[in-house]
Amino acid sequence: MDKENNHSKSFIVSVSPHIRSDESTGRIMWSVSASLLPAVIMGAYYFGPRAIFALALCIVSSVFFEFLYLKILKKDITINDGSAFLTGLLLGMNLPASVPFYIPVAGSFFAIIITKQLFGGLGYNIFNPALIGRAFLLVSFPKLMTAWTEPSPAFIKIDAITTATPLGILKEEGYTKLIEIFGDKANLYSHLLYGNRAGCIGETSAIALLLGAAFLFYRRYITWHIPLTFIGTAALIAWIFGGNSGLFSGDPLLHILSGGMMLGAFFMATDYVTSPSMKSGQVLFGIGCGFLTMLIRLKGGYPEGVMFAILIMNCFSPLIDRGFKSKIFGAVKKK
Amino acid sequence: MSSEFVKVFELIISASLINNFVFTRFLGLCIFFGVSRRMETAIGMSITFTSVMMISSGLSWLVFNYVLVPWDITFLKIIIFIGIVAGFVQASDTIMRKISPVLYHKLGIYLALISTNCIILAVPLINAGERYSFIESISFAFGSGIGFALALIIMASIRERLELADVPKPFRGTPIAFIVTGLIALAFAGFSGLIKI
Repeated sequence: MDKENNHSKSFIVSVSPHIRSDESTGRIMWSVSASLLPAVIMGAYYFGPRAIFALALCIVSSVFFEFLYLKILKKDITINDGSAFLTGLLLGMNLPASVPFYIPVAGSFFAIIITKQLFGGLGYNIFNPALIGRAFLLVSFPKLMTAWTEPSPAFIKIDAITTATPLGILKEEGYTKLIEIFGDKANLYSHLLYGNRAGCIGETSAIALLLGAAFLFYRRYITWHIPLTFIGTAALIAWIFGGNSGLFSGDPLLHILSGGMMLGAFFMATDYVTSPSMKSGQVLFGIGCGFLTMLIRLKGGYPEGVMFAILIMNCFSPLIDRGFKSKIFGAVKKK
Repeated sequence: MSSEFVKVFELIISASLINNFVFTRFLGLCIFFGVSRRMETAIGMSITFTSVMMISSGLSWLVFNYVLVPWDITFLKIIIFIGIVAGFVQASDTIMRKISPVLYHKLGIYLALISTNCIILAVPLINAGERYSFIESISFAFGSGIGFALALIIMASIRERLELADVPKPFRGTPIAFIVTGLIALAFAGFSGLIKI
């Protein structure tokens, strides 16, 4: 090895981190989107072409608004990282299948431009964009956003039949009536598990969502801290206070499987940006979400509280992060 | 007795969370945006605000029920309550400066701001309109103060985080704070219908 050759093979000098992994924002975003696929398929199966149309419109308009904003402000076009795609997908999964075309577009605009880009883009948003998009739509178009249609498997019926969600029935007519409609308890649970019930496009099938969540756990994109404490707290409160024949007579399984609990707890509350970053903070975050969900479901004006609970806890997560800040090693407390 | 206790509890929860003055009635926004830039000022303001609120609504209650109602001049309540709040704030300002200059140095600047706040006038007016008892009035004032403190502390934590964010230039500072407040109000809409008073 002569001297010249050695010189040309120059050493690579770089700053830390030196150990790199293949993980990137884009890879995580696309994996999460892929993990939602089973639930999307079940939603399309039960709610038909209109569901596919609403989902596609959400995704296309979200990506379009992201592109437009970045283009106008002459920033790097980062739509390939999949974050706008995922926001659109989650927003679409949170809409009823019967929405007219302007609802997904308005929701996407609110989610991408107002909730995400105005705060500085990916990584700086305080609130979950898809959930703010949905909350905005629910408050602005309450009638259209609660026009639930009866699931009609495999495109059998073209006409949509309007009906109420299980939680809506529970709120308006009570538990006995709900059991009556679905036949018996076992039948109710199986309907909730497979997703053969009225509701948002992507939230109905608990099994499909659990499958996606298992994939995320396997890839270690989410940890147990938020989902488990969220669902656990909600189940505990549902069991203790949910029944109408005194304490400890509620039906926790019904509350866990219905509404947006599965979708919310595994895919939306666990958003890295809008949840606390410390593990102990995440546990507190999950407990808060579960408590607020059940408070709204049992006592509030809305039949479903997962969305509002996550959004309210989003407000608190900078505060939680402040409270659970890691101690600086060797620092002396100021007197 | 227990129903009275439940009423007081509901009043505190309702005033602090469900009908939070900042997020559902949009009152007191000038102070809210003014002092929520730093956590330190937010906490100082919260403490001062809650104590002034409780004392001034107590005084207003006494004046309303022992002067205005017997003389049948309740139509003067707005101007009388403004007088009570301003007088009390000015008096405590002067007394605090003489007795405890250290405390005055810490909390005094907030006192002047409070006397022109709208929540501090809204609470005695609501107390009078709803004909709350003395205990209920004080607990409503306490709940409102806690609610305002909560709003300030949440907002301060969010704004401190936003300082690092790449917010577009026209939206930096107060505009983005207004948007954050709107979005928090959207989240707090979930509480609607929780307690009807």
